[in-house]
Amino acid sequence: AAGMFLRLLSDLQWRAAHPRWRRMTGSQRSTSTTAEPHPISLPAQAQVVICGGGIMGTSVAYHLSKMGWKDIVLLEQGRLAAGTTRFCAGIVSTARPVSIELKMAHYSNKLYQQLEQETGVQTGYMKTGSISLAQTQDRLISLKRIASSLNVMGIPCEIISPKKVVQLHPMINIHDLVGAMYVPEDALVSSANVSLALATAASRNGVQIHERTSVSHVTVQKGRVTGVETDRGRIQCEYFVNCAGQWAYELGHSGEEPVHIPLHACEHFYLLTHPLEKPLSSSLPTIVDPDGRIYIRNWQGGILSGGFEKNPKPLFTEGRNQLEIQNLQEDWDHFGPLLSALLRRMPGLETLQIMQLVNCPESFTPDMRCIMGESPTAQGYFVLAGMNSAGISYGGGAGKYLAEWMVNGYPSENVWPLDLKRFGTLQSSRTFLRHRVMEVMPLMCDLKVPRWDFQTGRQLRTSPLYDRLDAQGARWMEKHGFERVKYFVPPGNDLLDLDHSKTFYKPDWFDIVGAEVKCCKEAVCVIDMSSFTKFEISSTGDQALESLQYLFSNDLDVPVGHVVHTGMLNEKGGYENDCSIARLSKRSFFMISPTDQQVHCWAWLKKRLPDDSNLIMEDVTWKYTALNLIGPRAVDVLSELSYAPMTAEHFPSLFCKEMSVGYANGIRVMSITHTGEPGFVLYIPIEYALHVYNEVMNMGQKYGIRNAGYYALRSLRIEKFFAFWGQDLDAFTTPMECGREFQVKLEKGMQFLGQEALLEQKQNGVYKRFTMFILEDHDTDMDLWPWWGEPIFRNGRYVGKTTSSAYSYTLERHVCLGFVHHFDEKTGEELVVTTDFINQGEYEIDIAGQRFQAKAKLYPFSSLFTQRRRKDEVELSGYQRE
Amino acid sequence: FYLTPPQVNSILKANEYSFKVPEFDGKNVSSVLGFDSNQLPANAPIEDRRSAATCLQTRGMLLGVFDGHAGCACAQAVSERLFYYIAVSLLPHETLLEIENAVESGRALLPILQWHKHPNDYFSKEASKLYFNSLRTYWQELIDLNSGETTDVREALINAFKRLDNDISLEAQVGDPNSFLNYLVLRVAFSGATACVAHVDGVDLHIANTGDSRAMLGVQEEDGSWSAVNLSYDHNAQNEHEVERVKMEHPKSEEKSLVKQDRLLGLLMPFRAFGDVKFKWSIELQKRVIESGPDQLNDNEYTKFIPPNYHTPPYLTAEPEVIHHKLRPQDKFLVLATDGLWETMHRQDVARIVGEYLTGVHHQEPIAVGGYKVTLGQMHGLLTERRARISSVFEDQNAATHLIRHAVGNNEFGTVDHERLSKMLSLPEELARMYRDDITIIVVQFNSHVIGAYQNEE
Repeated sequence: AAGMFLRLLSDLQWRAAHPRWRRMTGSQRSTSTTAEPHPISLPAQAQVVICGGGIMGTSVAYHLSKMGWKDIVLLEQGRLAAGTTRFCAGIVSTARPVSIELKMAHYSNKLYQQLEQETGVQTGYMKTGSISLAQTQDRLISLKRIASSLNVMGIPCEIISPKKVVQLHPMINIHDLVGAMYVPEDALVSSANVSLALATAASRNGVQIHERTSVSHVTVQKGRVTGVETDRGRIQCEYFVNCAGQWAYELGHSGEEPVHIPLHACEHFYLLTHPLEKPLSSSLPTIVDPDGRIYIRNWQGGILSGGFEKNPKPLFTEGRNQLEIQNLQEDWDHFGPLLSALLRRMPGLETLQIMQLVNCPESFTPDMRCIMGESPTAQGYFVLAGMNSAGISYGGGAGKYLAEWMVNGYPSENVWPLDLKRFGTLQSSRTFLRHRVMEVMPLMCDLKVPRWDFQTGRQLRTSPLYDRLDAQGARWMEKHGFERVKYFVPPGNDLLDLDHSKTFYKPDWFDIVGAEVKCCKEAVCVIDMSSFTKFEISSTGDQALESLQYLFSNDLDVPVGHVVHTGMLNEKGGYENDCSIARLSKRSFFMISPTDQQVHCWAWLKKRLPDDSNLIMEDVTWKYTALNLIGPRAVDVLSELSYAPMTAEHFPSLFCKEMSVGYANGIRVMSITHTGEPGFVLYIPIEYALHVYNEVMNMGQKYGIRNAGYYALRSLRIEKFFAFWGQDLDAFTTPMECGREFQVKLEKGMQFLGQEALLEQKQNGVYKRFTMFILEDHDTDMDLWPWWGEPIFRNGRYVGKTTSSAYSYTLERHVCLGFVHHFDEKTGEELVVTTDFINQGEYEIDIAGQRFQAKAKLYPFSSLFTQRRRKDEVELSGYQRE
Repeated sequence: FYLTPPQVNSILKANEYSFKVPEFDGKNVSSVLGFDSNQLPANAPIEDRRSAATCLQTRGMLLGVFDGHAGCACAQAVSERLFYYIAVSLLPHETLLEIENAVESGRALLPILQWHKHPNDYFSKEASKLYFNSLRTYWQELIDLNSGETTDVREALINAFKRLDNDISLEAQVGDPNSFLNYLVLRVAFSGATACVAHVDGVDLHIANTGDSRAMLGVQEEDGSWSAVNLSYDHNAQNEHEVERVKMEHPKSEEKSLVKQDRLLGLLMPFRAFGDVKFKWSIELQKRVIESGPDQLNDNEYTKFIPPNYHTPPYLTAEPEVIHHKLRPQDKFLVLATDGLWETMHRQDVARIVGEYLTGVHHQEPIAVGGYKVTLGQMHGLLTERRARISSVFEDQNAATHLIRHAVGNNEFGTVDHERLSKMLSLPEELARMYRDDITIIVVQFNSHVIGAYQNEE
């Protein structure tokens, strides 16, 4: 048994290492599971209590203790590394499509490599390399994209021919392969021993480790963690870290104030064999065959092979806690298709003898990315879980980032894609999670083309106009549970085909979106933008204004009725949020943020707003339907519907007013469109939504009105060089770095968050610069399309990555947005990026290994602006993350 | 000409329908787990009908198969209407009053039945008003008659059958100003239909049967084998009691002409049926109605033809024979089917095939390697074989479809012969009826746990 084997191995290490906790728990390590008395009682208090002795918990303890925090207690309900970690296949693979995940895996690899030397615990680390196989051209494209990002990070990686695959691994059948990606530095480890090594080091640094201790719940008072209740008594603490793996959800829900950690376990199977007649070399590279849904590594002279089947088996939906994961049932019938794939890939294994089929549950999350960060409701409650079966690859890096987060207040990289606060309570339904993880697990191997969407757990949050839009051919995508229109399929088009078109090249909707964009430019379009997060902040006195002036970088002390685009910055001047704030009255503000800011922004403001009962913040997202009227004729439609003049003289840009539209009164009209085009957004109390929509569509008919979707919006905003938070902007980007100095009022007469950092930047210059690239020699019909994350080269040298891209129907060219850095040619040190540096370079964008010439611009094409505006009124902002 | 297996499947599955009784809080409180039903036509259009519904104002579930003859009009009408008559017959006085008051004041009606219909099972829109009025007259009479006694299921079933047949007859006599409806009610009355209906409420199973469709209970013996228990008697010439009954109801002088060539008056196979006013009305009434009826009716030789030796009508009744059975845990399923099935298969085979189909899932024990020496190749072969086996057993997702496949495709060894199946299904319309009859099947699966719990309570 693999489990048994690993356990025996770890016993061996256990004795060899003489760790401190052995004496503390006093438990003789043996295969018997009878509980023994705990001679060492738990401390009454500690700074940090970590729950979970798997790879995550031990990695957090390791890094915290390295950063100087010593007063740490780690609690494990069973034995160290006895959960998923024990069963983990032990493959450390850096080939990850998401940049932050790639960085975590890269760091983990480096950490594990030196861990044995550092701790004296054998980790079984072996640099074998890995080969990812492509059975189709599309798969090869996706591998090439990953290879591009690995290369610019300095991680060796190459695209190889099938012939080369055989040279590296002679047992592989290559007749159906078109190519492969070779990452020579990927490694294998014994995951349980890595975990034990981390624990050993942490223990030497003073971390107390207690096994056979269960946390029953965490106590929270006034929104702060105060302690944990265990089956062995209470520990007072300031910080709690939930690393309970697949039990993290339950543990999060056990307290009075639930912490929603959306993850769900699925059974995961892998096969262990006896050694081959001529035992396999332990240095043979690991094979990943995503089209066959399997991975294969050498193991004890035989192989270990598992995979991600199409029909996963979710488990513990009702929550079934148990001390350790007992050996779950092997299910050969279920494993059958994967076994077929294995024998197809390595036909020579036919006669190899089976040792065991291991069933090891893994936890999966709703968006395939892991969960880390602080709870939005309980300060000091941190989470690290939901590794989507890549726990060993992420373990080191994830533990490091979380430790930095706790010690410094923020991690050293942008971890928003992994932040717990990207989820809300809405992703916490067990039914939702069960259905979603059944889609997520097969997705681990599925080909992911640009702009793919999840199919399960849909139609949860919808606009009141959903059915109306759907009946008119709307095609939907989902953001934070909210259904948003991508585009409208005109009647007569083959709908089925459109829905199933999966391509890295020009998509089928190209002309459809083109027509919508054209209508935005020449007539008027309606886009339902109800998903945006909307808060109202008001006070009896000046508290609201004063607090907001401190929390936002732009000057909010504007006349009533004005709309201000502003960043919500952190101490380092980085964007925590990018929003539009309308001053409704002297003492109340209406704030619009990106859809997925609902939890993050709320938590950020709650934490920083003064505790004053006269200052009220309310989430009114659900109260309003938002219709964006984009285009030169929006003015005409609205003035006819309201009998009010809407021209620029009467209703200037960046203005907000409550007015009547049709029969409905109290419609909040704002002269912004989030695209740079003329038009208005109407915030409509939901019961008027259908009425106003009907009126607008009826009245708009003579002006050529039509429905449009987010794809049109994206094309418009990107060609106007609008950055969106979450896509282009993050907590590590300041307004100075993206040409938004005009949205910062350094001299507004009072201090604001991030001011110092910005002042310093203003003086010293910026180290990266948001730049717009127009692809020059790119053939829209024939070439691969950019997506985001493509490396940017300046004079042949890597300077940064793109963050978003779109086809501009106006320029008839692709536009990419991204950040340009200036790395010193010799030392690699980051230097100040000047306008000259940007302007004097020859640029290329690397799309899946192919480079296209690009022209860099720091300012949008002025000719695109058809409307005359005053310079300070130019709406240079947008929010929505795609 | 040869049908491929997928083509065969698409023909067999065209009319299949499954219903699972929803579970509440994970505890299934109904003694019925659900049912599978299906139809395979031989006539064009098919003359069989089926119905299934849950009673919403009383407990229990109704299921029935209806075999039409001389057209499908009567079977269609009975399939739409009979369950309403049964449900109304079962309703307590207060509920009847409530419903009547609602109709009177134009309020929304309490829903009486929840139908479980295949998309091909249609209801006539045109006649709904007419049908409703007849039904309302019926419940008004029930209200007036208020006996104060609790309704006995047996009686309710008998009353409902008789009343509906009576209404069918009356509607044809009265006619309708709308010419379409007028023709419809006449077609309904002049065609005929048998009915075999099950009412399941807890452990109480009632079968009401009129004609030669059949209800059969599948029982699992202690050794796991399957046996069949008849829950209905065929009303035809093979049933001595039935022949006796008909003879008792008519003068001795007619004894010889009553049953000829195993048919009633030498014409009709079933001895009980809905409609068929040709065997119920006096000759004068038949002539009057036909003469005043529309031309289509007048031109129809069949309707005009008066049966020979027709002296003392009625010769036919719709009154059902009702059998009550208390369900036991070993009673696993009920098969209701028209004679199209029973002509081709013995009930013992039906019990075995359905029983093995329903429990087939459990025959595949999971594989465990344990301490055995198994190679990857051996395991792969084993799994492939298991998959192939499972896919042949589970080709059908529906027990009724599975049964039809056997009924049509069975060879002399009792296993499905694809070639034979393909031949039978590709027969041209005009030939099909020579080789097989319309087949309609409902397989109701019982919940042994719930039935066991009921038993323990008693």
